[in-house]
Amino acid sequence: MSIDQKTVKYIAKLARISINEKKAKNLANDLTNIFKFIEKLNKLDTKNIEPLTSIAETKLHLREDNIKDANIRDQILENSPEKNKEYFVVPKVIE
Amino acid sequence: MSEIIKLTLNELVAGIKKKKFSSHEVTKDFVNRCIKSKKLNSFITDNFDNALKISKKFEIKSNQNKQLPGIPFAVKDLFCTKGIKTTAGSKILNNFIPSYESTVTQNIWNEGAILLGKLNCDEFAMGSSNETSFFGNVENPVGKKLVPGGSSGGSASALAANLTPATIGTDTGGSIRQPASFTGTVGLKPTYGSCSRWGIVAFASSLDQAGPMTKNVKDCALLFQVMSSYDQKDSTSVNFTRERYSEKLNQNIKGMNIGIPKEYRVEGMPSDIEKLWKQGIEYIKNSGANIVDITLPHTNYALPTYYIVAPAEASSNLARYDGVKYGLRTDGNNLIDMYEKTRSEGFGDEVKRRIMIGTYVLSSGYYDAYYLKAQKVRKLIKSDFDTAFDKVDAILTPSTPTSAFKIGEKTNDPVSMYLNDIFTVPVNLAGLPAISIPGGHDEKGFPLGLQIIGKAFEEQTILNVAYCLEQKINFKNQIKDWWLK
Repeated sequence: MSIDQKTVKYIAKLARISINEKKAKNLANDLTNIFKFIEKLNKLDTKNIEPLTSIAETKLHLREDNIKDANIRDQILENSPEKNKEYFVVPKVIE
Repeated sequence: MSEIIKLTLNELVAGIKKKKFSSHEVTKDFVNRCIKSKKLNSFITDNFDNALKISKKFEIKSNQNKQLPGIPFAVKDLFCTKGIKTTAGSKILNNFIPSYESTVTQNIWNEGAILLGKLNCDEFAMGSSNETSFFGNVENPVGKKLVPGGSSGGSASALAANLTPATIGTDTGGSIRQPASFTGTVGLKPTYGSCSRWGIVAFASSLDQAGPMTKNVKDCALLFQVMSSYDQKDSTSVNFTRERYSEKLNQNIKGMNIGIPKEYRVEGMPSDIEKLWKQGIEYIKNSGANIVDITLPHTNYALPTYYIVAPAEASSNLARYDGVKYGLRTDGNNLIDMYEKTRSEGFGDEVKRRIMIGTYVLSSGYYDAYYLKAQKVRKLIKSDFDTAFDKVDAILTPSTPTSAFKIGEKTNDPVSMYLNDIFTVPVNLAGLPAISIPGGHDEKGFPLGLQIIGKAFEEQTILNVAYCLEQKINFKNQIKDWWLK
């Protein structure tokens, strides 16, 4: 399958990555080659095969819903590019 | 006494315990060597001053029973270290200082080791040559302008150059074993669920495992024993009694059945690798183990499967880099514009490529054709191993289809770069443990690795096979300190 620039731009939009025309062209080429390689899988008949969804053969365990780390707001905000005392700050979203 | 920096991890531990030298003397020697080795670019962030300070205060008396007493120790920059910048090789995390410590590194510090610095790696561990790092290429001490492999390239380079006595990496599709093979060192990818993933910057959560990288198998067993633990903070961590891998290490493989999969004889593989593999088979026979021909019929489908599963998981994991909570932010006209500009500027080309592949295979209308299909093939690949392990205790293969290549040689062709992981990827898909040990040199004088694959949670078996082979191979690295100032 070949992936055109229009598709590349659509995927980039979904992935929230802005790309220019030149990048879109290169990516269309790269992705086409990669998908050609991936599509080797179509040769295999997998009709009656159960998908493998988890490699760890272990049951997910439940734990008590207790607070362990309390009062770490400052730590959580520490690395934010823009914040005030209590919140992350983002560009205005509601007009 | 031989030079401190050349000693193995076990020798350093014994030396410090017997007070042949102090933690401070050891740390000083490694720091000096690191400073003289900047040309390799193995470090992203150093912690030299701190390490020297801590080692000075390290008192062996109160720490006599620790397993890594006062050992200076550098780690891949994918492990979160409290208060010390953790970048994952990416511009988007260039200013990220974690307020917590990864479980694996905490286990290592709890045994007395001291952080020497954070090692270079491919961006978000996506790469096989360390060329996708925002912080530049790493050179392989084996030769000038040679890649160290990837993604744990800085780790392998620093270890082979004697800048750290041992180190840790992460392995999603071969990122420990391939660089170990390229640098003539030992690297273990443990069974999925053995080492906690908590505090490791996530790439593909169903494949990622942390593991030891060391100068020899004995060091590997010791470090693995320190790293592996059950951790409630990682929901896929498996609760079982860990062996004392180091104490139980032995060379007796008599009567074991070792499988040789015919599918690993790939077209165009250099004859040096074929020769090395045959030599390994001879050594196994001479040690009293049986060679069993096996088949892993879906081997050829492992890479295409990996290049659906890993990017799909990566595109989900990397959605968190949005310029809001931490990391880089690039301003935009509105919220969406800010996201798009931040991610465009913050991620490198390979990471973008993989996010795009992942987004596409998970997008509406394509999920069944790609992601579901890949999960089904993943099941077939795992079943291949299950069937084989009914008959054998371990499997012997080459680690990589080539030795180290030149910087820039494969950067323009993603698919040829991906083919590097052809022998390592199936193991991650099946969640199994595998170790790469140096098997010899090719005609260019570059190291080549042999890989031993084991049953889930039977690391002891593959460590023992590796230990036995290591004695027979008697590998001597030919590294000349060409990069030193």
